[in-house]
Amino acid sequence: MTGSKLIVDKALRAATHLGSSKLSSELLAKSSTAWLSSAAAGGVAKLPDLPYDYNALEPAISAETMTLHHSKHHNTYVTNLNVAMEKLDAAVTAGDASAIIGLQGALKFNGGGHINHTLFWENLGPTSSTPSGSLAAAIDESFGSFDAMKSELSAKTIAIQGSGWGWLGVNTATGRLEVATCANQDPLKATTGLVPLVGIDVWEHAYYVDYRNVRPDYVQKIFDIINWNVAGERLDAAK
Amino acid sequence: MKLSLALTSLFVGSAAAWSSLTMKAEGVSSRRNIFKGIGAAVVAGVVNPGNSNAYSVPDLPYPFEALEPHIDTPTMKIHHDKHHATYVANINKATEGQEEKPILDLMENALEAGPVRNSGGGHYNHAFFWEEMAPPAEAAKTKPSAQLEELINKSFGSMDEMKAKFEAQAAPGAVFGSGWVWVCVNKKGDELKLVGTPNQDNPLMKGVTDEIMFPILGLDVWEHAYYLKYQNRRPEYVSNWWNVVNWDKVSENCAYVVENHAGVNVQG
Repeated sequence: MTGSKLIVDKALRAATHLGSSKLSSELLAKSSTAWLSSAAAGGVAKLPDLPYDYNALEPAISAETMTLHHSKHHNTYVTNLNVAMEKLDAAVTAGDASAIIGLQGALKFNGGGHINHTLFWENLGPTSSTPSGSLAAAIDESFGSFDAMKSELSAKTIAIQGSGWGWLGVNTATGRLEVATCANQDPLKATTGLVPLVGIDVWEHAYYVDYRNVRPDYVQKIFDIINWNVAGERLDAAK
Repeated sequence: MKLSLALTSLFVGSAAAWSSLTMKAEGVSSRRNIFKGIGAAVVAGVVNPGNSNAYSVPDLPYPFEALEPHIDTPTMKIHHDKHHATYVANINKATEGQEEKPILDLMENALEAGPVRNSGGGHYNHAFFWEEMAPPAEAAKTKPSAQLEELINKSFGSMDEMKAKFEAQAAPGAVFGSGWVWVCVNKKGDELKLVGTPNQDNPLMKGVTDEIMFPILGLDVWEHAYYLKYQNRRPEYVSNWWNVVNWDKVSENCAYVVENHAGVNVQG
């Protein structure tokens, strides 16, 4: 399964660990754009391939949604992120603080969109799975049981006002797992400090074709396709 | 107290009492709603004095297919019958047992309570939205009043410049994922301002913008407002939407808010 290969890719890990001391010095030496990109060379963001076909996640998520979501929405974040990063490079080179600051909105929105969706495709999969090993232990320790965690993650994700993401993340300082939500495309690590394990997109574009306004049905069904093996790998990588 | 008020209104039969009970503005559909309101008020008064379910989803002033091809029929149906209805159900839950007030009156302090902000805002915004649109053939015959045109030119330079700024504000990522874009009259009543607000906030709510402003035109840019027809192509939705804007209604809104320094009242 190609999924695990992408997870441990240095550059992607860098993208999910903004500011992490685990970034390789190679990346640190490159321009600031490397911090946001999911490709090692040149600091240019690329739309990642899905680790499965567009129809692989049916019936929970239709091929139509996956096609739109990946090839249109995510692709647009990538395109606009690259535009913003080019401008950032120019501003950094010129030492133009005002321009750097002016770009923050576009960087957060498009960079966050790229990071979030990259993580999302990875933590979904067509084969059913359950948490095992250290992940299962961490879930029990932090929530009492898998069902308790699922209940909290679902409720908080459904309750997000407007556009945003629900997350299961790990607090690397305490080792505990936590449920968190972020608005718009705000990325989890940069916003809360938690390292992302599982993300659930509840922008309406993620579910409108299949579920219309009934977000609770979508959130319930998405648990059928969460890839807990990937979540476990992320937990191990975070230590 | 609510029980006797309901029964008193029934017998006294004053239009004002009926209006305040049913929370409707005067209008074409208000007569049907008054009768609905009496029935509800009597039932509510007798069965459950504390809960008269004050708010309801106002009827659209046109059929679901009327805004085609710019806004598609399935979107209008789901947007009105599901999304707007959910906001109404939730604001009714949130205000159960409280003194009945027009939804407009809940806007100023909406930031004090999450449910009022989200569901009350959602109800007001959508009720406002339906009224300012018209079928394209009718909309084409409407135009800004002299007063509105003067304000547009003074505040933006020209209508085209206003539209360009509006579309920039509505572009994805400009401010937020879900929200609304508004043209408002400022508190003093001498200038128009363009503003985007997230989620179901609106400029009538204290704390959302620097000072309270009074919307005269608004556009829903939540994905549910356009996804079925436009998918991710929000800019196309926004530029097509001008074809269904009822400038006569927008001019009416403008005249009202300039004169009264208050927000436009809505049905429901």
